[in-house]
Amino acid sequence: MTEEIIIAGFGGQGVLMMGKIIAYAGIMQNYEVSWMPSYGPEMRGGTANVTVIVSDERISSPILNEYDTAIILNQPSLDKFEKTVKPGGILIYDPNGILRHPERKDISIYKIPATEEAAKLGLTKIFNMMVLGGFLKIKPILSVESVIKGIEKSLPKRHHKLIPQNKEAILKGMEIIKLV
Amino acid sequence: MITYKDIIKPENLVYRRTPLLTQKTLSFCPGCGHGTVHRLIMEVVEEMNIQQDTIGIAPVGCSVLAYEFMDIDMQQAAHGRATALATALSRLMPNKYVFTYQGDGDLAAIGTAETIHACNRGENFIIIFINNGIYGMTGGQMAPTTIPDMITTTSPYGRDTKIMGNPLKITELVAQLPGTCYVTRQSVHTPNNVRKTKKAIRNAFEYIKQKKGTCFIEVVSNCPSGWRMTPLQANKWMEENMFKHYPLGDLKVPSNENVKQ
Amino acid sequence: MSEVKLMKGNEAFAEALIRAGTDAYFGYPITPQSEVVEYLMSQKPYETTGMVVLQCESEVAAINMCYGGAGAGFKVATSSSSPGISLKQEGISYLAGAELPALILNVARGGPGLGTIQPAQSDYFQATKGGGHGDYRLFVLAPSSVQEMADFVPLAFDVAFKYRNPAMILSDGIIGQMMEKVTLFEPIPRRSLEQIEKECPWATTGKKPNRERNIITSLDLDPISQEKHVMKLKEKYEKMQAELRYEEINTDDAEYLIVAYGSSARICHKVVSIARKQGLKVGLLRPITLFPFPYKRINELANKVKHILVTELSLGQMVEDVKLAVEGKVPVYFYGRTGGAIYTPVEILEYLKTKL
Ligand SMILES: Cc1ncc(C[n+]2csc(CCOP(=O)(O)OP(=O)(O)O)c2C)c(N)n1
Ligand code: SF4
Repeated sequence: MTEEIIIAGFGGQGVLMMGKIIAYAGIMQNYEVSWMPSYGPEMRGGTANVTVIVSDERISSPILNEYDTAIILNQPSLDKFEKTVKPGGILIYDPNGILRHPERKDISIYKIPATEEAAKLGLTKIFNMMVLGGFLKIKPILSVESVIKGIEKSLPKRHHKLIPQNKEAILKGMEIIKLV
Repeated sequence: MITYKDIIKPENLVYRRTPLLTQKTLSFCPGCGHGTVHRLIMEVVEEMNIQQDTIGIAPVGCSVLAYEFMDIDMQQAAHGRATALATALSRLMPNKYVFTYQGDGDLAAIGTAETIHACNRGENFIIIFINNGIYGMTGGQMAPTTIPDMITTTSPYGRDTKIMGNPLKITELVAQLPGTCYVTRQSVHTPNNVRKTKKAIRNAFEYIKQKKGTCFIEVVSNCPSGWRMTPLQANKWMEENMFKHYPLGDLKVPSNENVKQ
Repeated sequence: MSEVKLMKGNEAFAEALIRAGTDAYFGYPITPQSEVVEYLMSQKPYETTGMVVLQCESEVAAINMCYGGAGAGFKVATSSSSPGISLKQEGISYLAGAELPALILNVARGGPGLGTIQPAQSDYFQATKGGGHGDYRLFVLAPSSVQEMADFVPLAFDVAFKYRNPAMILSDGIIGQMMEKVTLFEPIPRRSLEQIEKECPWATTGKKPNRERNIITSLDLDPISQEKHVMKLKEKYEKMQAELRYEEINTDDAEYLIVAYGSSARICHKVVSIARKQGLKVGLLRPITLFPFPYKRINELANKVKHILVTELSLGQMVEDVKLAVEGKVPVYFYGRTGGAIYTPVEILEYLKTKL
């Protein structure tokens, strides 16, 4: 099993963190993992993306030009990465702020209104966990337990009280993701 | 109904963007002091009508792209070496106005030697020193001017002066040197302070015209991103904490004027 | 105890410094390697192992602090990225001249000049051919994974002390910034002063009555004895050939050979697997040490492949060494991206196919 994922959105949307949690969860299940971020001035509110690979073999290139799954959180990222999904692959996107929706016919496209749902539930800070839940529903390569362990590893101890909320968000995400 | 077209008329003009700032959108974070100081320098250059005689130097730091925003001849220097470039420029072209625009890491860490020696030789140029107590560009590491107990990415438990040294008051230091003619510390966080800083920059350019020696203007500034604060919080924090270590005012003025501490 | 963690290459390097019993680290922030000093400051090893960690006023200061510490036999390290490494060159030359062990990490970025903060491999010449002034070489390791960013720390120190020569780890923004699973080696305690004095009788730890005074210098005004000194260094570099390391992937039956190091080798590993799926017999040779360089092995492989492709994130630097090794036996092609731009596996494969 090898899953090659790109996650992309605005800086501050928790893109890098989502990738880190997937990578940590992969380690919990004894997979090889790599996490390669875009870095630099992106810090200042620009776009951010991260390539995450989870595999049961030694991982070769951490940099790719096609992905099994693209998780897209804003328009510029959709424009950039829609064409990079492998034929038969998966594109998951949050429709919030999207004007031009994905158009490809040779991939499966899923919509997850996480921004909207998170605002309703007052969980805006962890809307990325909802998106993660959606991904896990479609690609159950990692168990929710491993993901929770991944969150424990990724969050500083002082934030551990937020873990139940994170779990709630993940489960919610699994409910609200829909095939387009 | 009154529309903006009725208001925006030449007779109502109270402020205009100086044409010496290019049309390029400033790349600084919201609330950052860098942009204001960029504007003030260009306003002074415009008012003195010396665009053709002014050369600016920006080394690395958040202001590394100053040449994109200031419509004057500029050089980009290696980290810490701006005053070396300025020394050459001002000596080779003694009738030009040369200024450097440096951050605290640049001027007071890696470039300390260049700073002190240029000031000591009394090189005839202006040093604009933006002291935000942090390395903004590289993501918020400790600077020589970081105040005690201040949290940065390389002093994650606060600056422990026993291990990491004390904040360097380089402005006080250069004021001691015979080569500096004008040394002042200002800020740009309120309209009143902005006016004072502009006056200081204007003074410096006038002294350079009279070839009086090195002019050193420190601007105590903020870094909302590096400090992990909103712009408002940052300005408040600056007033309450930075000014204690870096009190505003003139440290040295040319000899025919009185020194006010 | 060995531990499995998810870490950035820069963090793994920093953690490995602590575990390797390093006595001091001196650094100055620069992207993409600032995590090294940030991580060290967050771990506070000065409270646990007593390791000195200092954010210095410049890279020049940092490398000269290394010189001071190394001259007294301590395990010292510094890290930076390309522009900062350029600043350190004078100090590195002094370390080599005075025969001092030290560890220098370069998390390279695109240049020349201030360049970009994105990854590049355009510091190969600087790392392997001297870099600073004078006749000298560094022991150079090129990690291609986060694991190696950690594992190469004790290895580099061992070689540095064995030969009394500075060692460099030449990494780049990809390996420094990416996170991977890393198994951390068990901590080695720092050496006591007595141990240092025993292992490094040349160290300036204070003259004891039973020995002559120790002097650390790279100066010798007499050209004949300076020449002798440089010849001695040369012999040392020849002995260092014993430290040669490289990795081969699918070279047994390869008709086409790719030579790539560090992050490029990772990308080319993928090229090999895609090519093999398409029935193309491609193999990969990855130099792990860049000095010493696997000239001999590349020469042997040149006898059995149709051509060799060198890929680097530069305009082509290592390719010159590969050509030296091949001695014209087969064509050597080059594919590179530079200035911080990165090639993808497919891009390289497309190029390779134009040369079949
Ligand atoms: C030789 C060298 N070392 C390090 C760097 C990385 N670097 C770029 S800007 C900077 C510090 C900037 O801080 P400061 O001068 O305080 O300016 P600010 O960004 O806060 O405005 C550093 C360390 C570099 N460009 N060159
Ligand atoms: S990082 Fe700090 S100094 Fe740099 S532009 Fe942003 S607020 Fe200004």
